[in-house]
Amino acid sequence: MSMNNQGRPTGVGTSGFASTSGSALLPNEPLLFEIGDTEHSGVDLPDVTISTARLGGFERKSPLDLAGLTEPEAMRHYVRLSRLNHSIDSGMYPLGSCTMKHNPRLNEKMARLPGFSDIHPLQPVSTVQGALELMNQLSHWLMTLTNTAAVALTPKAGAHGELLGMMAIKAAQDAAGQSHRKIVLVPESAHGTNPATAAFLGYTVKPIPARDDGTVDVQAVKDALSPEVAAIMLTNPNTCGLFEPQVIEIAQAIHDAGAFFYCDGANFNAIMGVVRPGDLGIDAMHINLHKTFSTPHGGGGPGAGPVVLSEALAPFAPVPFVRKGSNGLELVEHAEGDALGRITAFQGQMGMYVRALTYMLSHGGDGLAQAAQDAVLNANYIKARLAHAFSVPFGDYPTMHEALFDDSFLKDTGVTTLDFAKALIDEGFHPMTMYFPLVVHGAMLIEPTESESKQTLDRFCDVMEELAIDAKAGNTERFTAAPMKAPRRRLDETRAARSPILKWERPTESLKAAE
Amino acid sequence: MRYLPHSDHERAEMLGVIGAANIDALFSAVPARALKSFDLGLPAHSPEFLVEAHMKALAAKNHAGADGPFFVGAGAYRHHVPATVDHLIQRSEWLTAYTPYQPEISQGTLQMLFEFQTQVAKLTGMDVANASLYDGSTGTAEAVLMARRLTRRNKIVLSGGLHPHYRDVVRAYLKDDADLEILSASPEGQGDILDHIDEATAAIVVQTPDFYGHLRNIKKAADAAHAKGALLIVVITEVVSLGLLEAPGALGADIVVAEGQSIGNALNFGGPYLGLMATRKEFIRQMPGRLCGETVDADGQRGFVLTLSTREQHIRREKATSNICTNSGLCALGFSIHMGLLGEAGFTRLARLNHANACKLADALASVPGVEVLNKTFFNEMTIRTAQPAAGLVERLAKRGILAGVPVSRLEPTDPSVANLIVLAATELTTDADIAALCAALSEELA
Repeated sequence: MSMNNQGRPTGVGTSGFASTSGSALLPNEPLLFEIGDTEHSGVDLPDVTISTARLGGFERKSPLDLAGLTEPEAMRHYVRLSRLNHSIDSGMYPLGSCTMKHNPRLNEKMARLPGFSDIHPLQPVSTVQGALELMNQLSHWLMTLTNTAAVALTPKAGAHGELLGMMAIKAAQDAAGQSHRKIVLVPESAHGTNPATAAFLGYTVKPIPARDDGTVDVQAVKDALSPEVAAIMLTNPNTCGLFEPQVIEIAQAIHDAGAFFYCDGANFNAIMGVVRPGDLGIDAMHINLHKTFSTPHGGGGPGAGPVVLSEALAPFAPVPFVRKGSNGLELVEHAEGDALGRITAFQGQMGMYVRALTYMLSHGGDGLAQAAQDAVLNANYIKARLAHAFSVPFGDYPTMHEALFDDSFLKDTGVTTLDFAKALIDEGFHPMTMYFPLVVHGAMLIEPTESESKQTLDRFCDVMEELAIDAKAGNTERFTAAPMKAPRRRLDETRAARSPILKWERPTESLKAAE
Repeated sequence: MRYLPHSDHERAEMLGVIGAANIDALFSAVPARALKSFDLGLPAHSPEFLVEAHMKALAAKNHAGADGPFFVGAGAYRHHVPATVDHLIQRSEWLTAYTPYQPEISQGTLQMLFEFQTQVAKLTGMDVANASLYDGSTGTAEAVLMARRLTRRNKIVLSGGLHPHYRDVVRAYLKDDADLEILSASPEGQGDILDHIDEATAAIVVQTPDFYGHLRNIKKAADAAHAKGALLIVVITEVVSLGLLEAPGALGADIVVAEGQSIGNALNFGGPYLGLMATRKEFIRQMPGRLCGETVDADGQRGFVLTLSTREQHIRREKATSNICTNSGLCALGFSIHMGLLGEAGFTRLARLNHANACKLADALASVPGVEVLNKTFFNEMTIRTAQPAAGLVERLAKRGILAGVPVSRLEPTDPSVANLIVLAATELTTDADIAALCAALSEELA
């Protein structure tokens, strides 16, 4: 048995190390339906007698069969379940391509002010002037940080923002008699949402290969251009964590060919306040408010993906948007001319607008620039500290907010990238991103973000080094059996996909017993 | 800069380890002319109490729901959220967890999503539900695209009773490649979608209760659609109605989409909300969004994972069922906790209470001179025709501190026939005093 940096046993070689679930502080929590029943309720409501006449004969005849819990039971069920999750407040998430940083609680407190949370999207505009002012202020920050002409706030997530951005490009080209443009160029290193979005809108996706250094070659873009190309969808900084050095030339080539430049702004974190994407020649870029400006991820969402737009695309922004009118701020709710119309009901993710603006005001312009610099500093620090023990695909190139390694250091060890990632769980860290970007074989992508301290980064690097040494020393069981200390051991994903069980069914024995 | 942990000393030490002279050296790939050669002109960082004061001042300029009688509905509803719900969703391990891609350390979120899927399937009477979409409107557009994939047909017929925003979202999603038939609005509840179904129809989309509050005959719509090989998509904006109304799945729906905001989620001026989607078992591989499934771990213990991801963009890229990369996990958690607290007994009582208050509202409004209640059927929402144009009337009532509902002209500005219509909703929060205040003010304004 070896010891890790925290002096805890790592569990290597302890065969018969049964699952830790269901003991001490790691509960084995039954399903809601196994502890509740249809008679219990944790909400006191008066029962009323109603006439069903106005239900037109459509009243429910089939039972709901929904389990209920009293308040104390519910509290325990959800608190116990919560303890089976890793979270940013309990440990680091060295994920690449998905910023997971500190979520200030002030943002939560502000989003819960009744003046923001208890207002209806369709109440008179005269009664929500503060909300419209907030949307205006947020728009100002986003346009200033990106040096762009307009912003559409409404997209509900980054991928929704991409969809809107590409819709705006399509609308602009249709309006200009350019509907024959049916090809979208997408570098191989792109997020999966990029080709999915282009295809969703009926475009043919043409991949652009990456150069050996992980960046996009302006010549490859030029070679792919034709009068049929509608746009390029480029991520910058890209998914290898690199700033595209030829981005201005690429933008120029795209514009010369009459096409538009869509930038995937998922990685804006790395450059906010330092580089303005508008200066690089982008036409549209979504910004993940939830990542860059710190809305909690909430186990997978909700997100918010406002899109900044160039002068050329501004007329094609969707409704609704805010403008100054004679009686204060107005909400423009109906499309005029060639505008897109509406991509979601109502005004988008107000709850996230509040959190994002709170975060922006807390940091200020100076603090956002410092945050980007610290994010880049932290990634380069990890790269520098681990370069000797891991394999670095793109050599000495300075990285932006992400440090990229590949798994060639694991060759012939019998340990896979997945095994390595699962071993990190036993050390108290969330695994890094594996097997992405696709342009790097066995990729391990790490984004520390700006909110991790040097002490945490050092501890993470110590653990990573120690694991690398152990893997190379042939200590395979530590990896292949991992995780040993999580609420669950490795889960059978093949079985889940082959015969999907997607909801709880009442066990047949209890049905029989009830008869 | 309270959120940034490094001291200048530590920064210098780290640059030393990297071997960089200064921070600018790390940005050497950025073309020089794009690198901070600008003055942002944005304010500098601010202490917490000043940020809080700024945000509170903005919030204070809004009229919150609790500030007076409130009857605004039309796709978003003001319900009570138990204190337990908001407390629980703010626990760190829920709030600040990532997407559950590492299932061994995400069992809390995954089990919750499995429970959520079960709740939605039971509510809608369908076989399976996904782990939520952005909201009801984008969910409707996704359902339309799903029906086209399933039937390999293109024509989509939208009922005139569909929420106008939902109709607009479907139109934006299908901009020019769809054979999209949009039926005109029918505030009196007389419109009939059934004559518009033919052999080219992929799906018809019917909302119940519809935008005007009328209840629609789902069984009849399902039979008519199925007779032509088309699918029925049922849209529900007020999910509380399912406590009293028959489940669409029991009536023949093929895809059910609902806005889940009413349960466990605040109004939030329009977002974040959550889209519920449920369908029949044989359609799951064409359903967009995340799915959570049950499995076992290496010790044979029950556990949960995200599954059937081969439909998704990160695997299939340009061949994916949609470009969606997230869900409304935290909103789904709020929904699931609130629904878990209610249970069948509580949810049914909540629905009855909503309907009872709506009945009182309808009866009170019917007695106001100059007001005509158009609905013969409703759950908690109804349409009235007023003797004066609705937009100005609602504005004047707002000045009196009463948020009286939504003038239909706000959503249908080009249709002069709806100029005098207002859609109003009652919920469990509506009091007799609220109703009396509304009717008194209406009587004065219309006198």
